[in-house]
Amino acid sequence: MIEVHNISKSFGDRNILNGVSFVFEQGKCNLIIGESGSGKTVFCKCMVGLLKTDGGTVLYNNRNFTSMDFYERKEIRKEIGMLFQGGALFDSMTVEENIIFPLSMFTNKSLEEKRDRANFCLSRVNLPNAASLYPSELSGGMKKRVAIARAIAVEPKYLFCDEPNSGLDPRTSIVIDELIKEITYEYNITTVVITHDMNSVLEIGDNIAFLYKGNILWKGNKEEILHTGKNELIDFVYATKFLKEFRKKIVK
Amino acid sequence: MKLLHHFGKYVLLMKRAFGRPEKYTIYYRQSITEINSLGIGSLGIAAIISVFMGAVITIQSSFNFTSAWIPLYAVGLATRQGIILEFAPTIISLILAGKVGSSIASEIGTMRVTEQIDALEVMGINSASYLIMPKVLAAVFINPFIILISMFLGIFGGWLFGILTGVVSSYEYIYGIQYQFKPFGVTYALIKTVVFAFIITSVSAYHGYYTNGGALEVGRSSTKAVVYSNILILVFNFLLTQLLMS
Ligand SMILES: Nc1ncnc2c1ncn2[C@@H]1O[C@H](COP(=O)(O)OP(=O)(O)O)[C@@H](O)[C@H]1O
Ligand SMILES: [Mg+2]
Repeated sequence: MIEVHNISKSFGDRNILNGVSFVFEQGKCNLIIGESGSGKTVFCKCMVGLLKTDGGTVLYNNRNFTSMDFYERKEIRKEIGMLFQGGALFDSMTVEENIIFPLSMFTNKSLEEKRDRANFCLSRVNLPNAASLYPSELSGGMKKRVAIARAIAVEPKYLFCDEPNSGLDPRTSIVIDELIKEITYEYNITTVVITHDMNSVLEIGDNIAFLYKGNILWKGNKEEILHTGKNELIDFVYATKFLKEFRKKIVK
Repeated sequence: MKLLHHFGKYVLLMKRAFGRPEKYTIYYRQSITEINSLGIGSLGIAAIISVFMGAVITIQSSFNFTSAWIPLYAVGLATRQGIILEFAPTIISLILAGKVGSSIASEIGTMRVTEQIDALEVMGINSASYLIMPKVLAAVFINPFIILISMFLGIFGGWLFGILTGVVSSYEYIYGIQYQFKPFGVTYALIKTVVFAFIITSVSAYHGYYTNGGALEVGRSSTKAVVYSNILILVFNFLLTQLLMS
């Protein structure tokens, strides 16, 4: 469980987050949704400490992350797997080396064991034959999947995914969503997914935060979101004309 | 004011870069890789430049030492002193700043803008230390060897082209390069080399590490890395000469 209390963040005089609070529950897919540029990535980076917040606290299972120094944070970060928006694979390493890397840094597993783990993770993301390729030889979707494999290789307690299915075709998108869901339930981890894709929201949205103009305007789950009365959220959920017509049919 | 800000940030980064490594074996392996890419990869260019530098110093000195009072072996002497004291350590370090510095800044800068550094940090890895320390150690270790080779090749180039162009005889040149040889000159050059190696790698890493933006900024960081490394090499060359030679 990750609890966020009242965090704020601004760049210069631009306020991105204005005292945001939310509880990300264990064993559930927690979603942060919102239009692009609404500060989802900033929110996420504040939670893992990549950006310094202007105020507020972040608790990982009651451990106050905000007040920790670099070395204390390290212990928590070993429990975090993160998928970046652009993949952030290490260019100089093969796919397999990318996945093995965090294991080599923090465990004393033999090469054999690490390779087994890498292969297992790669088959989990449906890329069994990519181990020896370099990131430059992969398509966007493959990079995302390798990045997920790298994130889950360390068996994280907390998994962050920044737009896991942006830029993917619909079918791969669904595979990724299902994968995230499976991993979350199977290992009972706290998963945070950033997305602006309504298909994903309806597929995996156990616990949703709608970020709008620096605040969380709405909280709920995937059933509730369809029946929301908030206009800003309605515009987000029923973005197209077709969906607006559709809404009239399902919401009385 | 801005200079002070950069200096403070640089010192803090170096403090982090030389913190305790996560795992010694990985850092060791990384250092070996860097010795290969930074050191062995620079040998070719250092060799070519050294030979021609030696050749030019020899020929230039012979043109200028026209007085009958100056013995011909002075050409060998001038080449030796020039190469060992300044040309090998300083000029080759400036060249390396161009080659190694820009490659370090663009490598680390690219890792910054593609979030690879963030990825390291989130894994719980001290990215500054993982990316910077092996490079600095590698250069500090291997550059003295490059400079020694450069000294040898520079003096050899002077001899070869001196003979080929007929400005000096082999006997006189060799007499000249041995004339009143003080080993401290080599020590002085190697001390400078080590300082320059630290400057090149750490300053370039600093500019790469704090790249902000996209591909364009990576290019800018790379240029800045080379410019600031060069300026600092020249400043420290002056300071070290004052300190060690007076
Ligand atoms: N490092 C930064 N410096 C200045 N502004 C930033 C920085 N990172 C993000 N921003 C700004 O914060 C806002 C939110 O960005 P982001 O969180 O990436 O949006 P998204 O919801 O699409 O992920 C944007 O307006 C962006 O310009
Ligand atoms: Mg984003």
